[in-house]
Amino acid sequence: MNMVEEYASQQCKESQAIPKFNVGDTVRVHFRIVEGEKERVQVYEGVVISHKGKESATATFTVRRVAFGEGIERVFPLHSPRIEKVDVIREGRARRAKLYYLRERAGKAARVKARRRNVQA
Amino acid sequence: MLKGLLGQKLGMTRHFTEDGLWIPVTLLQAGPCTVVQRKTADRDGYEAVQVGYGDKKENRCTKPLREHFKAAGVEPKRVLREFKVENGSELKPGDEICSDIFKKGDRVDVSGVSKGRGFTGVMKRHNFAGGSRTHGSRFHRRPGSVGASSTPAEIVKGKKMPGQMGNCRVTVQNLEVIDVVPEKNLLVIRGAVPGANGGVIMVKHSVKGAR
Repeated sequence: MNMVEEYASQQCKESQAIPKFNVGDTVRVHFRIVEGEKERVQVYEGVVISHKGKESATATFTVRRVAFGEGIERVFPLHSPRIEKVDVIREGRARRAKLYYLRERAGKAARVKARRRNVQA
Repeated sequence: MLKGLLGQKLGMTRHFTEDGLWIPVTLLQAGPCTVVQRKTADRDGYEAVQVGYGDKKENRCTKPLREHFKAAGVEPKRVLREFKVENGSELKPGDEICSDIFKKGDRVDVSGVSKGRGFTGVMKRHNFAGGSRTHGSRFHRRPGSVGASSTPAEIVKGKKMPGQMGNCRVTVQNLEVIDVVPEKNLLVIRGAVPGANGGVIMVKHSVKGAR
């Protein structure tokens, strides 16, 4: 590990504190927002369409949601101290790492299939 | 105390501030630097210290240089630069200067040799607009007219023209020190710094940014 990564990794969260989810999952991100003096938690819900940088210090993930007919994407730093927690609401089955194709779709076509757990004969 | 240091650019990353903002930072290996020579007004006409950074094999030095280091009683250094000091500064050859001369929140100026771009045209070098790429313009990346006719019958000095871009000394002023790690002689600075990773840089207390 070089000096740059070493320095940056000091700010990483403990591995059990890193939010766990996969690309394609629908998540609820609890994000702390500071408004002047006050602090409040904003909940942002959407589909994870990209996760860059594994668990490195500069890793980010993108959450897409369609609000009032307009697609909104927010990029969160994975290790941000402002992220309180990330709840996975629905696990999705994605066949690629980046779901950018969802941008060109709307309505029913813009869904991700649900992942089926423990499918065994 | 010395107001500057020599070092190397290590690379860039990002840093969370206390308010949770994610800001771009550059890591610098700042020091340890060794004083090699003390220049005085009596002998040299000005007050300064010559400072060395990075080790070099003795057999890679020319003989005059080798003797220069021997006179100071220090190991041969790779880079030598001078810093101005005030009258009566107590620095003497052999003294070591580390990154702890800076602290969090300080403002610094950083000089380095910018990345060389070679001989470049006027669009890349001076942000000229160029011409239309299509519509049959036949005028794409050229500078256009560079002057008038028989009056003044010459091109003004300093006219922006194509030429070598980069690979010259650049100083970025008033950068904020985000963090100092004295054990490793690391300096963490907000924003970008001239030159490639591994390039030699000079960090000084800012001339402007006392704030």
